[in-house]
Amino acid sequence: MKVGLVQEEGRTWSSYTTSSLPSDTRDAHICAAQLNVWYGDKLALHDVTLAVDRGTIAAVVGPSGCGKTSFLMCINRLTDMIPRCRVSGALHLDHLNLMSPTIDVLALRRRVGMVFQKPNPFPLSVWDNLALPLKEHGVRKRDELRQRIETVLREVGLWNDVKDRLGHSALALSGGQQQRVCLARALVLSPEVLLLDEPCSSLDPLSSGMIEDLIVSLRGRLTIVIVTHHLAQARRIADSVAVFWAQAGAGWLVESGPTQQIFDSPQHPITAAYIQGHRG
Amino acid sequence: MFSINTLSPSRSDYLLATVLRLCAVLSGVVLLLVVVFLVQEAFPALRHVGLVRLFTDDSWHPTEGLYNLLPMLWGTMLVTIGAVSLAAPLAILSAMFCQFYAPVSLARWYRRLIELLAGIPSVVYGFWGLVVLVPMIGNLHPPGPSLLAGMVVLAIMILPTIALLMEASLAAVPQEYLHGALALGLRRWTMIRNIVLPAARSGLFASAVLGVGRALGETMAVLMVCGNVVQIPHSVFAPVRTLTANIALEIAYAFGTHRSALFASGILLLLIVLGIVVVADAVKPRWTYGE
Amino acid sequence: MVNKRSSPWLPLFQERCVALVVWLAVGLVTTLFLWLVSEIVLQGIGVVSWEFILSAPQNAGRDGGIGPMLVATALIVGVCLGVSVPLGLGTAIVLAEYTNENRRLSQWVRRSLDVLAGVPSIVFGLFGHAFFCLFLGLGFSLLSGGMTLACMVLPLLIRSTEESLRAIPREYRLSAAALGLSRWTTVTRLLIPLALPGFAAGLILGVGRAMAETAALLFTSGYVDRFPTSLLDSGRALSVHIWDLAMNVPGGNSHAYASALVLVGLLFAINLTSSFIADQWKKHALT
Repeated sequence: MKVGLVQEEGRTWSSYTTSSLPSDTRDAHICAAQLNVWYGDKLALHDVTLAVDRGTIAAVVGPSGCGKTSFLMCINRLTDMIPRCRVSGALHLDHLNLMSPTIDVLALRRRVGMVFQKPNPFPLSVWDNLALPLKEHGVRKRDELRQRIETVLREVGLWNDVKDRLGHSALALSGGQQQRVCLARALVLSPEVLLLDEPCSSLDPLSSGMIEDLIVSLRGRLTIVIVTHHLAQARRIADSVAVFWAQAGAGWLVESGPTQQIFDSPQHPITAAYIQGHRG
Repeated sequence: MFSINTLSPSRSDYLLATVLRLCAVLSGVVLLLVVVFLVQEAFPALRHVGLVRLFTDDSWHPTEGLYNLLPMLWGTMLVTIGAVSLAAPLAILSAMFCQFYAPVSLARWYRRLIELLAGIPSVVYGFWGLVVLVPMIGNLHPPGPSLLAGMVVLAIMILPTIALLMEASLAAVPQEYLHGALALGLRRWTMIRNIVLPAARSGLFASAVLGVGRALGETMAVLMVCGNVVQIPHSVFAPVRTLTANIALEIAYAFGTHRSALFASGILLLLIVLGIVVVADAVKPRWTYGE
Repeated sequence: MVNKRSSPWLPLFQERCVALVVWLAVGLVTTLFLWLVSEIVLQGIGVVSWEFILSAPQNAGRDGGIGPMLVATALIVGVCLGVSVPLGLGTAIVLAEYTNENRRLSQWVRRSLDVLAGVPSIVFGLFGHAFFCLFLGLGFSLLSGGMTLACMVLPLLIRSTEESLRAIPREYRLSAAALGLSRWTTVTRLLIPLALPGFAAGLILGVGRAMAETAALLFTSGYVDRFPTSLLDSGRALSVHIWDLAMNVPGGNSHAYASALVLVGLLFAINLTSSFIADQWKKHALT
């Protein structure tokens, strides 16, 4: 009843977005159509239709409170964890229907890694932070654990810093190192999608740069969706950009497309103003 | 749409959920039983004697069929009020001391002392009251076992608990307020009076209310020092009997309606505690839980 | 609340007065407690010996020791913990992790637990007497007493554990979920260890309450001062023993002091050990 009403309104809004849909959505790795998210009665994300191609980096930009994080959380079904949160619309990861109530969310979350805004390694040792998810997903042999943990720590450039104190608490590390532990923790399960929720926003520029380089190095291997406030960063690393905006408390997708196009010839006045504002 | 609980696919999760739920249900049943049994046991008294007579009979003489709980209710209330009004100011001052006046190391020692004292059993406080305080009061104004003795012993007993809770609520005042005040060059007491105490008001009050609950429910200490005479006291030197002491004294030999009336007084205590919790809940600061 | 306009010496004077009052109050509190503790220690220390701790009382407690009371206390506390710890932990996890905070039912559950945590121990004693002793036919026994105390401690344990589970930042749960960790792993490997200090605090509080409890035990576990041979025996807790010596046994004071000293000593020891363990655990967890 209420759903219908809102979706009615949404059609008029989404006319902007349909025009900018990626032309070939058949090869899309993640594909959302008319995705809505409610927290209780409050609509947080409105009618998002968006596709992300396999192996590319997609940046989601926009002001605070425009549903960027909500969008990410739909992709690994973290929305399940939020009380009174409802999701409607269509969302697919390859051919897996993410809206189905019967999918194995644990298996899904193994395929889709996530890193949060604030570095949040578990208050355990570095080793345990990485070993816990591995053990959970069936890696029991110590040799294999050791080898996978070393590989992933080398990958995030942390191995030399922590190899002698794997048994020490991850909370004793610096903020940038903690965030790299989190990244390693997400990567250690060899996911096919990586969701990054403003991974650099609470870090100093140096650590931020290291994380950024790391993300770029993953291009092609994983599909990455990164939420960021930092337009310059989006421009540097992303293959495609989606601009979200908040209207009456609900986030919606203004425009999406290849990075070049969004920055050089934005179609929508909001996008243009947003990019201008950040240029000036 | 879908809820968290239907989604965990792995078998151990189902097992976990089941076992945990079982625990929860069992706890619920046990605690429900407490209320059910009290009511069931109190029911004969409520039927044969009736609610009104529990407060209007001539006196408490269960053997003669007189069941007036009022003197005991007065005893409980007076002892409690006295104890809290003695303990609360000292507790606030203690809390202020730890937070604002004491050097850090001294505050830590003082806190440790208070914590240890919070753990001393009430029967020990009662014993101390009996051998030290009661004779002193007896010298001052016979007989000795009295309302005053009960108030003082209870005050000492609940003081550590209230002081710890109050210190927690003072500590919960956001540091920014204090830094703001210090940046304005306010003096210590000016800052405490104008910023800290108002900000911590509800927490302080809730702590005192919890102290009331603790004092009200205490049995052994008052049993040992209050004299246990069933009467509405005319001075602080008169002996009194509280609801809790009454139960402890008589339950061993009570039967029939008498026993049932004691259960009714148990329910009365439960209702008073209920009222206190409601009050404490209403004034409790909102930072305890919630995200 | 606005500061009255005043001449400059007045605030300073006030400041000094308040400081004086604070220090006086603290002095008073400290004196009172030193008085109380020294009274017990000085009067009790002469009687306490291994002999006193291990042997059975004679002559209604005026002579002999407190061995049976220590055994009875230990058994009562053991029964109490054996029942309340699993129930309390499980219930707290359900309340914190498996229910929606806003849901009406769990709010009511929480509120009722708060009420039950404040219910006077003697009321639990009434219940225990009616239910365990008479209805279940366990009579005056260590089992009845222990289970009565379990009912009393349960709300405390549930609430403190639940609070500490709730205090765990949501990010940990989210990132655990994002890694595809099952609830079992999340709860056992992450949440329980993190909530352990809170749980331990509740547990210590509970043990303290149980060991100190007198009123609820008077008419559930009884008075008998022999060494108990089974959980179905009646047994006299140490706290009940102190009460009995003080109130019913003329000339029992010196042994009452000594028993009080032992009881307080035990409680202090538990308190200190637990905070020591908590510190160690914290250190271990963070390095």
